[in-house]
Order: sequence, then C-alpha cells, then structure tokens
Amino acid sequence: MQTSEKHEEHTPGYGIYILVWMSLMTLTVITVAVAGINLSNFTVATALIIASIKSYLVLTIFMHLRSEEKAFRIFVGVAIFFVLISIILLFSDYSFVAR
Amino acid sequence: MSSQEHSVAHVHRDDVASRMGMWLFLFTELLLFGGMFFIYSVYRFTHQADFHLAAKELNTVMGTFNTAILLTSSLTMALSIAAIQKKNKNLSIFFQIITIVLALSFMVNKYFEWTAKFHHGIFPGSPELLDKPNGEILFFGLYYVMTGLHGLHVIIGMILIGYMTRLTKKEIITHDSFVKLESAGLYWHLVDIIWIFLFPLFYLIT
Amino acid sequence: MASDVNELKNNGREPSYLEYKGKHTGLLGWILSTDHKRIGILYLTGLIIFFLTGMTFGFLMRLELISPGKTIIDPQTYNSFFTLHGVIMIFLFVIPGLPAVFGNFFLPILIGAKDVSFPRVNLLSWYLYIIGAVLVLISLLLPGGPVDTGWTFYIPYSVRTGTNVMFALFGAFVLGFSSILTGLNFITTIHRLRAPGMGWFKMPLFSWALYATAWVQVLATPIVGITLLLVAVERAFGVGIFDPALGGDPVLFQHLFWIYSHPAVYIMILPAMGIVSEIIPVFSRRTIFGYRFIAFSSIAIALFGSLVWAHHMFTAGMSNTSQFVFSLLTMVVAIPSAIKVFNWTATLYKGSIELAPPMLYALAFIFLFTIGGLTGIMQGILTVDIQVHDTSFIVAHFHYVMFGGTGFGIFAAMHYWFPKMFARMYNLTVAKIAFWIVFIGFNTLYFPMFIMGWLGMPRRYYDYLPEFQTYHVISTIGSWILISGILLMFYNFYKSFRSGRKITEQNIWGGETMEWKVQTPPILENYHEVPTVTDGPYDYKFNDSINLKEEVIN
Repeated sequence: MQTSEKHEEHTPGYGIYILVWMSLMTLTVITVAVAGINLSNFTVATALIIASIKSYLVLTIFMHLRSEEKAFRIFVGVAIFFVLISIILLFSDYSFVAR
Repeated sequence: MSSQEHSVAHVHRDDVASRMGMWLFLFTELLLFGGMFFIYSVYRFTHQADFHLAAKELNTVMGTFNTAILLTSSLTMALSIAAIQKKNKNLSIFFQIITIVLALSFMVNKYFEWTAKFHHGIFPGSPELLDKPNGEILFFGLYYVMTGLHGLHVIIGMILIGYMTRLTKKEIITHDSFVKLESAGLYWHLVDIIWIFLFPLFYLIT
Repeated sequence: MASDVNELKNNGREPSYLEYKGKHTGLLGWILSTDHKRIGILYLTGLIIFFLTGMTFGFLMRLELISPGKTIIDPQTYNSFFTLHGVIMIFLFVIPGLPAVFGNFFLPILIGAKDVSFPRVNLLSWYLYIIGAVLVLISLLLPGGPVDTGWTFYIPYSVRTGTNVMFALFGAFVLGFSSILTGLNFITTIHRLRAPGMGWFKMPLFSWALYATAWVQVLATPIVGITLLLVAVERAFGVGIFDPALGGDPVLFQHLFWIYSHPAVYIMILPAMGIVSEIIPVFSRRTIFGYRFIAFSSIAIALFGSLVWAHHMFTAGMSNTSQFVFSLLTMVVAIPSAIKVFNWTATLYKGSIELAPPMLYALAFIFLFTIGGLTGIMQGILTVDIQVHDTSFIVAHFHYVMFGGTGFGIFAAMHYWFPKMFARMYNLTVAKIAFWIVFIGFNTLYFPMFIMGWLGMPRRYYDYLPEFQTYHVISTIGSWILISGILLMFYNFYKSFRSGRKITEQNIWGGETMEWKVQTPPILENYHEVPTVTDGPYDYKFNDSINLKEEVIN
C-alpha cells in the first residue's frame, strides 16, 4: 500500500548528523561552563534554554521532524504546550504562597 | 470467498501510521517524566538552598561524561538509519551495536555512581539521609526515582535496539522497509532528550 | 452502494463478525481476535460485570446510610466500599466505557475503515484492562483488607494505611496504559484511515468526540500513572516525595492527581456527548444544528478541561491567586459544553421527533447533564465551594454528570446500536418502561443529596446527624428504584440477545451515518470495498419518516 512517501525522497547524508552531534557536544560544554558561573536564577534559565536548543536539534534532525508531515509537528507542539501550561498553572499556586 | 483464510484483517502497511503511533507513545513517556519534572520544579522552588547543597554530592564529571555518551549514542542511532537507507546493511548493524555498547557504558557509569552513594549512606530510607534537612531528602528521592526510571528506559532501549539489530541481520529491516528501526530510533532519542534535561537540573545546580 | 455486493451464497449473507471462523475457533477465536468488533464485545462483557459490581457496592452503601449509626456494616468496611465503588465505577466503567466498547466497535465503520490502525495493540489494551481489573479486585480478598483511601488516594493516608493500597495503585497504573493505548490507536486511525472523500468535516460527530477524548487519554493519563507509581514507591521504599513526614507536600500530590483526574471527566463525558450528537438528528429527522460548532467545542472542552484541575482543591490551602485563576478557567470550560446543549436543542426544533428508547436516554442526558453542569458552575464559585466542598452536594453533582451524563450516554448507545451489533431487536415497550424507572429512580436517589449537602451533610461519612435522615431515606429508596430499572433494562437486553426478534435490515432507525449502510451485523473488515464518501453524515430530507412502527414493533 503506502510506503513512506515524501519522507524518503532524499536519502540523507551522514554529514548533517555529525554536524548536529558536534553542536550538541559544544552546547554541553557551554552548559557545564556556565554552571560554574553563579548567576543564581539566570544559571537555571540558561541551562534550560541550552537544553531546549539541544532538544530542538535532536527533534528536528535526529528524529526527522523537519521532513515529516506537518501533523507531526503540530502534535509535538500540542504536547509541549500541555507540559508548559501545566507548569505555569502549577506555579500560580506555589509562587504565591509559603507552605 | 472463504473467510477461513483470515482471522485477522489483512495487514496493510502504513509507515506514517507506525511513526505516528510511536510519536504518540513518546508523548506518554514525555508526560510520565514530565510529572516528575513538575515535582522537581516545585521542590526546587520551595527548597532552593537545600537543593544546592544536595547537588554538591553528585559527581559533575561523571554526569558530563554520561551526557556525552548518550548524545553520541543518539548520533550512532541516527547514522544506523541513514546507513540502511543507503543499503549498507553491515554499517547499519555496526552503528546499532555501537549504540547498544554506549548505552551499556552509560548504565555501568550509573551503577558506579549509585553504589558510591550507597557507600556514603545516601539512599532512600537511610538514617544518614533522614538526618538531612527536608529539601535534601526530597532532592535525593527525586534523584533516585528519576535517574532510576530513566535507567530502566535505557535498558528497555538497549533490548529494543538489540531486537532491531537481529531484524536487520535477517533482512526484515531493509532499505525500503525500515520503519521499525526508525521507531526504535525515535524511542532512543527521547531517552536522550530526557537526560538532556535531567543532567543540568541534577548535576549543574551548585 | 456496498450493500448490493452482499448477494453471495449462504442466504445472500456473508458471515458476520459473530459467526466467522478464523485461525482460532470458539473462545480463543474471541480472546485472541484482533477484530475491533470482537474486541468491543470483549470490553462490553467486562464492562457489564464491573458495572454490576460497582453498583452492588453503591447499593450496600446506600443501605448502610438509611439510618444513622451502624446499619449493616462497620465503618472500616464502609470506607472500603466507597473506595471500591469509586475505583471500579471510574476506572473500570465510565472511563473505558464508550471509547472501549462503542468506539472500538463503530469508529472504523463510521469512517469507512476496515479496522483500527493497530489491531494488535487494540487487543493488548483489552488484556491490560482485564489485568488492571483483577489487580483492583484482588485487594478485596487479600489480607490487610480492601483499600480504604477513597478513589483519590490522598496523601498522607495512602502512605500510612495498612490496607491493600499497592494492588489498587498498580491496577490503576495498568488501566491507565489500557486507556493510553486506546487513545493512541484512535488518533492514528482517524488521521490515517478515513475513507476517500471523508474530510474532517464529513466525519460523524461521535468520531470528533473520540478524537478529542483520545488526546486527553494520551497526554493526561501518564501524569496520574507516574503519580500513583510514586506513591507506591514511597510506600515500599520510604523515598520521600509527597509524605510530609519526609518533607513532602501533600498538596502537590493533589495537584498531580487532579491534573489527570479532572481531564479524566472529560474523557468520560466527551464520547457521551458524541453519542447524543449522533442520536438527536436521527430521531428528529433533522440534520444537526451547528456541526462545526459541536466539532470544535469538543476540542475546546478537551483543551480547557485540562486547565481547571485545581478547582478540586479550593479548600486545600492553595494561594489566593491560583484560586482566582482556576475559578475563572472553570467558568470558561462551561461555555463549549453549553454550546453543545444549545445546538442539540436547536436540532430538535421543528424536527419530527420519535421517542424511541435511544432518544429517551439522549434527551434525559441533556436534562441531567445540564443540572450536573450548572451545579458544577456553582461549585466553581469560590465562596460557594467553601460551603459545599466535601459534602453530598459534590456527590450529587458528579453523579449527575458522570451517571446522568455518561451513564445515560452509555445506555443510549446500547439501545441505539444493540440491533446493529446483534441483529436482534429488543422489546421497545419494556425498554421505555425501564427508562422511566431508571430516570425516576436516578433523580430520587441523587437530588436529595444536593439539598442535604447544602445543609451540611459531609461526604464519605459513615454516620450522620438525625436531621439528615429523611433525605437519606428518600435517597436509599431512590437507589432501589434505580437498580430495579437497570436490572429490567439489562434483562430486556439479555432476553432479546437470546431470543429477540431477528432483524436483517441494515438501517433499523433510518440513520445516515455509515454503520447503517453495512450488513447487520457487520462482516469481518466491515466493507468489501472501502466506499467513497460524498455526503455529510446527517443529510436528512424533510419528508423521511421513520418506518419504526410498522417494521419493528411486533
């Protein structure tokens, strides 16, 4: 019946994966370095931002999200949105009360 | 037409559906760990000082090393799929095996980390731990549960990829039918992404 | 149309899903089957057993409460009964209910598919359902006694109690995965297997409902899964996550528990609303009013329903800010539900109404769900909730929505689709009598709870002040009436299943959706050829009348 349609139009070279891997390793080094600098809350924010960038690279390149059907990207968006909104609402409690 | 031939509706192939199903399953894994990240973020917020103190007990070098191992295993996994697409069966198998070996080293490192902690008396329910302030008890509770569950997923991933290696050897996974390998890859990359977040939150908050 | 192709040997009929013999025969042919219709029947069997079990616990609880002090059981037993009643009804009946039975049976047919995307995963879902059920029920028999924490497993009691909490926790965990896999299957099926020509906006509304439900199943369920797992880990290893003695925050447990358990009630109600959207057009002989509004409102309910969880925690000690936020969001989530009610009502207007049993249950749904929904809004008001939280008022509210809503939706679906599934017609008169007994019993049982809750009767209380007794007596009598009606309803189905009038008509009710265009009962793989769809799902012409009376009533 159906094969993998446009997903397999291009057989990817190995190069892009190696490039992404090098970026991931670099970003890891940066994260560790930044952690040594005490910027209190900004250290956490920086670490999370870098982690998000790394995840974005893994998602789009390693996990082929950028060559999948649009529905998949919407799905991922929905899932991430659910996680984020839940944390935000959770903190509407904890940010404003001392327990 | 005899219906004796099929008790199962004839199975049609739909690679997009297979990948879609795997992505949806990954969301459940994301939310499973997500729940624990929620707990972590709340307790981190309410026990900031204790969390800083407790994190000092963790070995940053080990953690960084393990991060590098897992990121590399993600690379080899992606390469194994590219290889089979290029009809290079042996190279694909090679990359799959490397992935499993890297995963195994991750677990070995984890084993040493944990046993080192046990030796220092830091494990759930231990008197040393219960003596510490509440925030530290919570930190280590979360540490063991989150890295433990993550480790369980690494082991499951190893078995899954091992099974894919076998299928590749038997040429059930080929250059024009490799959605199973892709799905295993997706699973593995999620395991990697979870660690990408676990690592800074536990090891780098000193 | 596909109907004409059915002229084969064997009385011009191909073997139905009930009859065909595949690789396995007999019982194995059922419990090893990956045919979505057989799996739906497997679920139906479990559902009936567990519903009657849960109903028995409810019956005994009401018997105990007919007078203050001990009547038939001791307090510990009472606590276990309301826990098991809740766990069984919620996890084994209402949550799986419509998706697992009627979603499984009819979704592929409704969208012109031969089965779901992952038939073997579908069977796995059923195995997990049974395993989870066994784990839950086994706690009844083992030493330690059945779980007594309430279905909500609140900390710290769930970590302290000596009863068999672990089995209940693992049971719920396993059941969660059953639900997740069903949702995963349905999302993929709806995306990938719609027949040619069936765009998203030609899909029946039951499919839209199942789609929205499936997303909640997939995203929300894992959170309660991990939460319950953590409670088990805390019990077993003393880890220190929620237990305040180890530094944990019991309110955090409540947050995580309700992040799933509130969306769970939308898992319960959305499919039932989908059923009502299917039934009302057929028995009004009119196309549904506001198809797109109903479709989008299902998505909106799933979305907003995921953002209101802490309205279960207004008195738990949350910050004022979060109380305001969640109260506001609770008001918002009512809007899409109301839109549906308006659209159903508009569909009825100037329709040619036939009060067949499915229609009676669907109309009752609208009435009972409205009461339940409005009282929900009342509870969303902070000042009101302080008064009624943890009282019978809440108990009445959720029974009106979960039972008057989803329960009646399940009964409506049973009466609507029984003839198609089993090629037999039930006795319409008995069905209508049973309906009225159920309806009257239901309101007699639950309405007094609103009043006594408002006056201060706490929930989950074994004993109470004499001033509440009159309400309890009325309520208990209501339970007897309700149960009689339910038993009569089941007896009608049972009798008809064994020896009811056989029917071969494809379209007994005159519906326009695709299940009424396939053989009765459907064959394996539903269609010889996947049809191409050109019409919308509710294209009624004004002059059609239901041939119900002539053909069906003997």
